[in-house]
Amino acid sequence: MSTNGKPKFAMYWAAACGGCEIAVLNIHEKILDVDAHFDVAFWPVAMDAKYKDLEAMEDNSILLSLFNGAIRNDENAHIAHLLRRKSQILVAFGACATQGGIPGLANLSPVHEVVDTAFTTISTDNADNLRPQPHYRVPEGELTIPKLYPTVQALDQVVPVDYYMPGCPPESHQIAAVIDLVVQVLEGKAQLPPKGTVIGAGVSSVCDECTRTRNEKKIKQFVRIQDIPVDPTLCLLEQGILCAGSATRSGCGALCPKAGMPCVGCYGPADATSDHGARLLNAIASVIDSRDPAEIEKILDGIPDPAGMLYRFGLPRSLLHASKSAWS
Amino acid sequence: MTDTFEPVIVGFTCNWCSYRAADLAGMARIKYAPNVRLIRLMCSGRLDPQFVFKALAEGADGVLISGCHPGDCHYIEQNYKTMRRFALLKRTLAALGIEPTRVRLVWASAAEGNILAEEIDRMVAEIKALGPLNWKQRMMKDKGHLSAVSSQPTAVTGGAQ
Repeated sequence: MSTNGKPKFAMYWAAACGGCEIAVLNIHEKILDVDAHFDVAFWPVAMDAKYKDLEAMEDNSILLSLFNGAIRNDENAHIAHLLRRKSQILVAFGACATQGGIPGLANLSPVHEVVDTAFTTISTDNADNLRPQPHYRVPEGELTIPKLYPTVQALDQVVPVDYYMPGCPPESHQIAAVIDLVVQVLEGKAQLPPKGTVIGAGVSSVCDECTRTRNEKKIKQFVRIQDIPVDPTLCLLEQGILCAGSATRSGCGALCPKAGMPCVGCYGPADATSDHGARLLNAIASVIDSRDPAEIEKILDGIPDPAGMLYRFGLPRSLLHASKSAWS
Repeated sequence: MTDTFEPVIVGFTCNWCSYRAADLAGMARIKYAPNVRLIRLMCSGRLDPQFVFKALAEGADGVLISGCHPGDCHYIEQNYKTMRRFALLKRTLAALGIEPTRVRLVWASAAEGNILAEEIDRMVAEIKALGPLNWKQRMMKDKGHLSAVSSQPTAVTGGAQ
């Protein structure tokens, strides 16, 4: 408890884009509930904060911490450990914290290639071909920057996590519902779900929330939405568009497929699935309309990057975690 | 690789054909490499790619998938689904750096104990030449790296990002 009697709230971003923070602000007037019920103890995006202040807090003194972003470097891991120690409830918030997210695609490459891409490609102005140095001496003293880990990890691969809230970003109405629940728990009107629960999401697949018409799926060709006139009412996968809806957890309201964009799988695997990509692989390959190995191969040529497509948001949390080259 | 390396191969067999082919190979006293641990499924179509990923992640050096010849499926056409999934699985494994030799699909009817035995021998020899996969060790090394760094005082001090 803080001096004003309110429980403490924290939010942190690790390897993330900032979209999760925006999604929290996007709950509109509900943000006032957060302010009314919580004392914001640590939230670097919203207010000035120093790590040493967090380090000085008593253990378990923060009631609720929302942690977004994956663990890419030792700074991310340090704050993950710190927030775990200081928080009663630690929520892996968003696709990166729950599954590794888009930063997790870096697990397809060794870290030196990731750095090379960032510092040498055509969009980078780096005439002297400089690289970031972990330590650098300047007249005022030594500067340090965080060290990159060989692979990206999801939050629960680094510290124990109480709840998982998927999405890239989590949908605002789902965030609002979770905040409502926590407020009700504080008022003694509700109970927290069992630890390890996925909150702010459904239990079935995106297809269950999608309004498009579904028939028997038979695919002769995989295409991208710009290649064909997309039927506005027919299932996207039936039209040969790679849609991850069938293997992805519901909760978003099928916003993308309803708007004509295929599901990219940001809500992660549905219940009882340990590997999102494997389930998606199953769903997509099974409906190929051919019994001829050569023709099947030709149809599969329409999927230019299978690992990137199947594990767009979940490579670190998948069974294999990374490609072999990431460890080379 | 050293001569002492004995690959661990997980073999998924179909109740109606390849499992019986393995049985037949045994009854016919056909000698083949003992490296495969067979798991019986009701159909190769039951094979979820998660089984393959899990086997590789937890220590297998290779995975053998076997089922009825196309057209002979006890469940009409489920082995065609296996054929399609295997094609995409192969591409995915290649992108993850796993050599194609390590995961293979073999059609073997209940009468083809000799074919299954030959395929197993060939697979074991090829994986021996490749060496151990060591996926679990690679992942553990990553974990060790994480705990080693995070238990030390971090290099990061001062203000937030």
